Amino acid sequence: MNIILECESLTKKYNGFTALSDVNLTFERGKIIGLLGPNGSGKTTLIKLINGLLVPDNGKIRINNMEPGVETKKAVSYLPDKTYLNDWMKTKDIIDFFGDFYLDFDKVKAYEMLKRLNINANDRLKTMSKGTKEKVQLILVMSRNADLYCLDEPIGGVDPASREYILNTIISNYNENASVLLSTHLISDIENVLDDVIFLQNGKVAMTSSVEDIRTNHGKSVDALFREVFKC
Amino acid sequence: MAWELKSDRSIYLQLMEYIQRRIVSGEYQSGDKLPSVRELAADAEVNPNTMQKALAELERGGLIYTNRTSGRFITQDEALIQETKHALAKDQLSDFLEKMKQLGFVNKDIKNILLEAVKELEQ
Repeated sequence: MNIILECESLTKKYNGFTALSDVNLTFERGKIIGLLGPNGSGKTTLIKLINGLLVPDNGKIRINNMEPGVETKKAVSYLPDKTYLNDWMKTKDIIDFFGDFYLDFDKVKAYEMLKRLNINANDRLKTMSKGTKEKVQLILVMSRNADLYCLDEPIGGVDPASREYILNTIISNYNENASVLLSTHLISDIENVLDDVIFLQNGKVAMTSSVEDIRTNHGKSVDALFREVFKC
Repeated sequence: MAWELKSDRSIYLQLMEYIQRRIVSGEYQSGDKLPSVRELAADAEVNPNTMQKALAELERGGLIYTNRTSGRFITQDEALIQETKHALAKDQLSDFLEKMKQLGFVNKDIKNILLEAVKELEQ
């Protein structure tokens, strides 16, 4: 089975405002996919639908051929745009918590990454800077052996040096049967790492393409094309 | 040779060029084992599938070969390495010539400038 995720005429409205409208997408395994779009284009809504935090008004999502639910949460590792962890907890406690919660959680990997990024497992979340907190959350998410990693703005608050390490972590940690979907505004930092990009605009898919095709056909970077398509 | 990728060109073509340059410059020696796709991808900070494509293309050209059990190696065909080296040199030269022409130089001037520059280098 080569398809990890399918969206079929997916529509989501909030009190009459259409956040996503008739979105059709298919994700293959073994790919890193960028979900790109200006503020309010529907990126987070799509990611929340994939993770079962929102229910579509119309259309379908299938992950491993199942609708979002308990079974798909076993297969999807999700980094939300806002933290949901208790900030009085120590990193090592959260690691134990994740270990209890997810069968596919790899504690050894988590401690390795903490060490690489010089984060003390005995520190409480609330004593950490914004960027360090983000790193901890990303480490937790990437320490699972999931089929699909959904990362909502994973590198926004992280300094450039750590960004490199995090991108490396993403490249070297997903396996050929897994896919990574990540939303970001920092396109130029990340585009060499992506296979494919999805441009969302006003809740609709404005374009899907491979990064290589954009470079070859348009002779410019994804970042430059994005600026052109979404020029204000 | 660090990976410095331009943002407006195909990534896999640039990766191919880098690896070719590492081979012809001797950074990767004839017969050496290449790092794994994943290691190379992490090092260049690119997508592993893109690196895979670059290596597959180099393999098609013969600069790299795969040993089923032990990985990818640099060719031992010295003639092919030399040929690649000259092809890369030609690319550099035609870039140079084009830029000189854009600056308004004609062939004769370019030749003199080049000879002067080589003389200066030798001193």
